[in-house]
Amino acid sequence: MNDTVINIERLCVEFDGEHVLEDVNIEIMAGEFVALLGPNGSGKTTLIRAILGLEQPDHGKIILFGATLKRFKDWHRIALVPQRLPGASSIPVSVWETVMSGQIRPRSRWRLFSRSEKISATQALKNVDLWDRRRDRLDALSGGQQRRVLIARALACQADIIVMDEPTAGLDAANVAALTLLLAEIKELGKTIIVVTHELDDIEHLVTRAIVLGASKHQSVGYDGPPPVPGVFAHDHHHHHDAIIDKAPPVVGM
Amino acid sequence: MIALLDFDFMRRALVAAALVGLIAPLIGVFLVQRRLALLGDGMGHVALMGVGLAFLLGTAPIPTAMVTAALGAFLIEFIRNRSRTAGDVALALLFYGGIAGGVLFASLAPGKASSSLNSYLFGSLSTVAAGDLWALGILAISVLVILAIFGRELFAVCLDPDIAQVQGIRVRAMSTLMAVLAAIVVVVGMRVVGLLLVSAIMIVPVAAAQQLTRSFRSTAVIAVIIGLISSIAGLAGSFYIEVPPGPAIVILALGCFAVLAIVAVPIRRRRKELA
Repeated sequence: MNDTVINIERLCVEFDGEHVLEDVNIEIMAGEFVALLGPNGSGKTTLIRAILGLEQPDHGKIILFGATLKRFKDWHRIALVPQRLPGASSIPVSVWETVMSGQIRPRSRWRLFSRSEKISATQALKNVDLWDRRRDRLDALSGGQQRRVLIARALACQADIIVMDEPTAGLDAANVAALTLLLAEIKELGKTIIVVTHELDDIEHLVTRAIVLGASKHQSVGYDGPPPVPGVFAHDHHHHHDAIIDKAPPVVGM
Repeated sequence: MIALLDFDFMRRALVAAALVGLIAPLIGVFLVQRRLALLGDGMGHVALMGVGLAFLLGTAPIPTAMVTAALGAFLIEFIRNRSRTAGDVALALLFYGGIAGGVLFASLAPGKASSSLNSYLFGSLSTVAAGDLWALGILAISVLVILAIFGRELFAVCLDPDIAQVQGIRVRAMSTLMAVLAAIVVVVGMRVVGLLLVSAIMIVPVAAAQQLTRSFRSTAVIAVIIGLISSIAGLAGSFYIEVPPGPAIVILALGCFAVLAIVAVPIRRRRKELA
């Protein structure tokens, strides 16, 4: 279980000469539930985009499942849960189509979706409790339900790592509660979860480690707690996340 | 209808109209989803330059327009990738360049080329030659084959380019493919619908269908039905009332949009009650 799934070494990402991330070192083990915290502009989104291969690092390297980004081919092992799908608002896309879209791969070009792929999608939709809504337009669902559909999309492709961008943002209390329960179930499945979030409170009991990115461009990352030890924040309810950000010392990258 | 089929040129025009009615909405559904509804319009302008060039050089209009439009597709994607902010203006320049170049080349060409340019702008009943039909058929079939192979990847890219890339899909290649497909549709449609209105037959049936539908697949199917009905009926109608077929086809498609807009109201209300 204690395998390294993501290893980031001395990562630097620049935009127009500005350091967004500088000398970032992070190691994430299988089964961890990592919260990625930090004020706006601290590079949280850039970091996950770099992990997913959507931003090119200027220096340093990212190793996924033991392979460098350039050599990494098993993209089905890592799934991104965005906040929304831009294309689903311009034309009707059903809930079922959304979930199945996660399984579209270049190598499946010549065949139709297999039975097992359909079973995975069915199971994932049942897990998020939206099987009954599979024929509806995605944008006819509430914000919280749409977020759950996108999680089902990640679950259906059997990814080992699930990266979520602000999953609780803009949701009411009831939907946050439902989402939190769902995240607990996913954690039980043994998935590695990385959540970019402002609101640690709701999911704090699930988080095994928090990584705080600093606001200053010269202090890009500070660990809170030694990397491989789970439970740094797990039962520490006295901490408020704002306080964590304030106190977090930039251990790395000064 | 019988009288209309007595004419060879009408039979060919009907086949050409059916081809464009079939493939145009299939590409349009992706363009609308990617918010590129006006890309087809731009491709039409660029293809016009190809037609003008064909007049000037004395080459066959369909292959020349196809090559020009395909080059335009690559150029558009190149510009879109290069600059996100100035892309809009750069595309506008390309479109204006296309239409100005087309008219200019046609005017420089010997003979009455500039007057026959009109038939390429708004479509014509009599311009589909027997040899053209083969070219149009091959282009239409290649669109269907490409969609059968790459349709799902195109769908994923339209849904969200970022997550498509994470899935290992080559987003830029797919975007270019989409522009090329739009270019093919423009060339297939230019004879009967005309270059100024051909993109309407990509977009209007999709806009009409999506008022009623709940999935991407059903939107595509209903849009194709609307596309076929309006292109065939519009062509037949233009024969009887003696107007260019392009406007007749597009007005019919807009009529379908209006009818579905009215029909969709009670249907959506009922769905809400059931949900």
